[in-house]
Amino acid sequence: MGDVRLMKGNEVIAEAAIRCGCDGYFGYPITPQSEIMETLMIRKPAEETGMVVLQAESEVAAINMVYGGASCGKKVMTSSSSPGISLKAEGITYLAGAELPALIVNIVRGGPGLGTIQPAQSDYFQAVKGGGHGDYKLIVLAPASVQEMNDFVDLGFELSFKYLNPAMILSDGVIGQMMEKVELSDYKPRWTDEEIEKISGSWATNGKKAGSERNISTSLDLDSAKQEVFNHKLQAKYRAMEENDVRFEKIACDDAEYLFVAYGSSARICQKSIELAREKGIKVGLLRPITLFPYPTKQIQEMLGQVKGILSVEMSAGQMVEDVRLAVEGKVPVEHFGRYGGIIPTPEEVVEALEEKILGK
Amino acid sequence: MTEEIIIAGFGGQGVLSMGKILAYSGIMQDQEVSWMPSYGPEMRGGTANVTVILSDDRISSPVLKKFDTAIILNQQSMDKFENDVKPGGTLLYDPNGITRHPERKDINIFKIPGAALAAEMGNPKTFNMIILGGFLNVKPIVKIENVKKGLEKSLPERHHKLIPLNIEAIQKGIDSVENVQVL
Repeated sequence: MGDVRLMKGNEVIAEAAIRCGCDGYFGYPITPQSEIMETLMIRKPAEETGMVVLQAESEVAAINMVYGGASCGKKVMTSSSSPGISLKAEGITYLAGAELPALIVNIVRGGPGLGTIQPAQSDYFQAVKGGGHGDYKLIVLAPASVQEMNDFVDLGFELSFKYLNPAMILSDGVIGQMMEKVELSDYKPRWTDEEIEKISGSWATNGKKAGSERNISTSLDLDSAKQEVFNHKLQAKYRAMEENDVRFEKIACDDAEYLFVAYGSSARICQKSIELAREKGIKVGLLRPITLFPYPTKQIQEMLGQVKGILSVEMSAGQMVEDVRLAVEGKVPVEHFGRYGGIIPTPEEVVEALEEKILGK
Repeated sequence: MTEEIIIAGFGGQGVLSMGKILAYSGIMQDQEVSWMPSYGPEMRGGTANVTVILSDDRISSPVLKKFDTAIILNQQSMDKFENDVKPGGTLLYDPNGITRHPERKDINIFKIPGAALAAEMGNPKTFNMIILGGFLNVKPIVKIENVKKGLEKSLPERHHKLIPLNIEAIQKGIDSVENVQVL
């Protein structure tokens, strides 16, 4: 076994960034994710790997620093919580429009507005459907454990460079603030200038080479015909993500007659609900989307011959349930259960909701 | 084996760090662990609680409503969590400052005079380790040598000289539990 520790989800994001060869973190503090930048500041990775850690003057500045670093082919990231992500939304759509790789972490808190500092999953629409303007998608990863907080930093960068598209880790205060056993990744060195040239030289603004054209990093093209062609290219990229990079986990699905669909901390709560429901003889399983975009639509459809009803469990007023309903196309009842505004549902409440909303039908 | 525990008291009593040492001790014996604090605009003197789970299997929910064991260190926590102990479960409490003692008939109840013993030891900071000792008497789910390893892992090196005092406090706790109601 490697380096096993007891750490908070937020601290692990910071540690994983250093270890995966991240070049720069630009952020602005906000509860419940401030430990990410605090941990980085305490670790001083500039002295160890050369990674830059900078507290910007605002969220807007931080995301535009990410744009600058990403344009140069660097592995760069930022993190915030809900209100801060709204401020970054403009920069995020610019990253998507310029086809730049970057990692954005959202440790979601209850909203709307400044809301509360307690956990929520009410930024699903913002993460998955847009948030910023224009026809763009983020690659969205939803960790359900502190171990996945570690693993998805590296995975987020990998997917983001594979598709030249920003990736987001969508988590919340439960996973961010809790400690679990985690096996940290081994150190990967930061890319050298030569490696960046090899990996990203065709688009990165890392210095004009003699005899080659300038690379330009922009999301602007005033020629609508060209802009439409560019949009076709983006859409083809999103279809390729749907084809190749859907990730999900099935728990207790083999004999399931009913199904929970839940991600992140709600998926953990549902695992306990499965134990409680099965003690009562209710055969329920869990399909946990790991990528929220691309969404495991086909995998939900594959369960339809088997299950009689689906409960989407989210700490929101009902957001992901829309994607479940789109997948199900009315073939079985789909209902939503959620607590929100910073309230975490108990496993018992989820079982009660299953009995009332699905079994009661 | 899975043990689902809530530790609840005042901020400043060492509730969160006691949970952390217990979780680290679990790691030292290759168990899965989770440590979920109540976080928020809390401060010294306010209430603090942490849910700690140790298990031989993958842990499902880190957030729970019902617990195998509640370790209760003030009246507010008694009012809040007494009813959340599973039937047949365990409630361990420090009677210091408790005006309404537990009333459940379907759980095991133990007392440990943690605050009094810490005062006797002349060091109020040993309080949480005395309580941890009391818990380990009632539920010996982690071995003392693994607690020692857990302390080594969770305390910064400059505080390692305090480990013998902590172990002494744990032992005092182990020796000072009083049965109130054993089913």
